[in-house]
Amino acid sequence: MIHSINWQIATISGIRVETPTVKTYSLTLPDWSPHRAGQHYDVRLRAADGYEAQRSYSIASPPEQHGTVELTVEKVSEGEVSGYLHDVAVTGDRIEVRGPIGGYFVWDSMMEGPLLLIAGGSGIVPLMAMLRHRAAAPQKGPAVLLFSARHPEDLIYHEELDAMAAAGDGLSVVYTLTRTQPEGWTGYTRRIDTAMLAHVAGPLGREPLAFICGPTLMVETASNGLIEIGVGANRIKTERFGPTA
Amino acid sequence: MDVDDDDPNRALTLDGNAVAGRLLELFGADMTANDAECAHCGGTHMMGEMIAFTHAPGMVLRCPSCGEIMLRVVETPRGVYLDVRGSALIHMAPGSRRA
Repeated sequence: MIHSINWQIATISGIRVETPTVKTYSLTLPDWSPHRAGQHYDVRLRAADGYEAQRSYSIASPPEQHGTVELTVEKVSEGEVSGYLHDVAVTGDRIEVRGPIGGYFVWDSMMEGPLLLIAGGSGIVPLMAMLRHRAAAPQKGPAVLLFSARHPEDLIYHEELDAMAAAGDGLSVVYTLTRTQPEGWTGYTRRIDTAMLAHVAGPLGREPLAFICGPTLMVETASNGLIEIGVGANRIKTERFGPTA
Repeated sequence: MDVDDDDPNRALTLDGNAVAGRLLELFGADMTANDAECAHCGGTHMMGEMIAFTHAPGMVLRCPSCGEIMLRVVETPRGVYLDVRGSALIHMAPGSRRA
C-alpha cells in the first residue's frame, strides 16, 4: 500500500487510564491511513529552540478501526515524550505523528498457523492490536497469549483479555506475575522460562507463528526458549523495548 | 547470536523496528521487512530483526547472526553520514516504497 508517511498534526480525541503508569491516547488524524496489527507511529515533540525528541509507540487499535488510531503509552522514568504525554497532554491537544510504520512485526488474520503471543509489560500493546484484529476475523485459528508483568495492576487490558479468553473462540490467555500476586492467584509467579514456554506453547504444536514483545532481555530469553523447544527461528518475530522501566 | 551476559549495553539494545522511521527517511521505504545481507557472515535478515543501538550520537545496526556492524548512521548539522560497508546487499521490495 502506497501512502504518505509525512509528519502530520494529530488531535488527541480521548485519553483512557489503563494502569497507574499506562494511558491510551486516541488520535484523530487529518491524513489517516490503514494500518496492520503490530505497526507503530512515531511521535515527535519540538521545542521553540529547535530541540526535538522522538519516540515510537505501538498501535493498540485494530486495523478494523478507521479514521482514528489508539496508542498505548507507558510512562518511563525521565522519558521525555512519555512524560509529556502523561503529565501535560490533555484531550484536544495536537501532537506531531508519522505512521503507520513497520512491515516486519505484523500479523494479519490470513497468516497461516496457530498464533503464539508473548508479552512482557507494555510489550502487550502491539499484541493487543493483533488480538483485537483476531477477534474481528471471521475465521479464527488457535491462539495463546502468555503475558508477564510484575504486579497485578501492571496487567494492561486485563479485563478485555479475560473477556476475549472467555469468548471460547480458541484463544487462551496465561498470565505470570513475577513480583506480587493477588490473594488466591493461580497463575504463574515467575519469569518466563523454557519450561513455562513448553507448557504454554505445547498445545500449539511445533510450528506456531510467534510474536514476542517486551524488554530486551525478556524477549531474548523467550526467543531462545522457543528455539530450545523446537520452534523454527523463521517462525519467531521479536520486538525489543529496551531496558525494563 | 552470541551475547555477553555481563555487557551492560545488552539490555539497552533495540531492533530494526525501533528505527523504522529513521530508515524510512533515509531510504524512502519501510525497511523493516526488507532483506539485508551481512558482509561479515553472509547471513540475510529482515532489517526489523537487526540489533539496534540508539543510545549514542548515531545509530548502529548489527547482524542478528554474527553481531558485526552492518550499518551506521550519524546525523549532524552538516548532513547525514551513512556507513554501509558491513552490508553486502540491501534489497528494497517494490511494495515497501512509499510515495
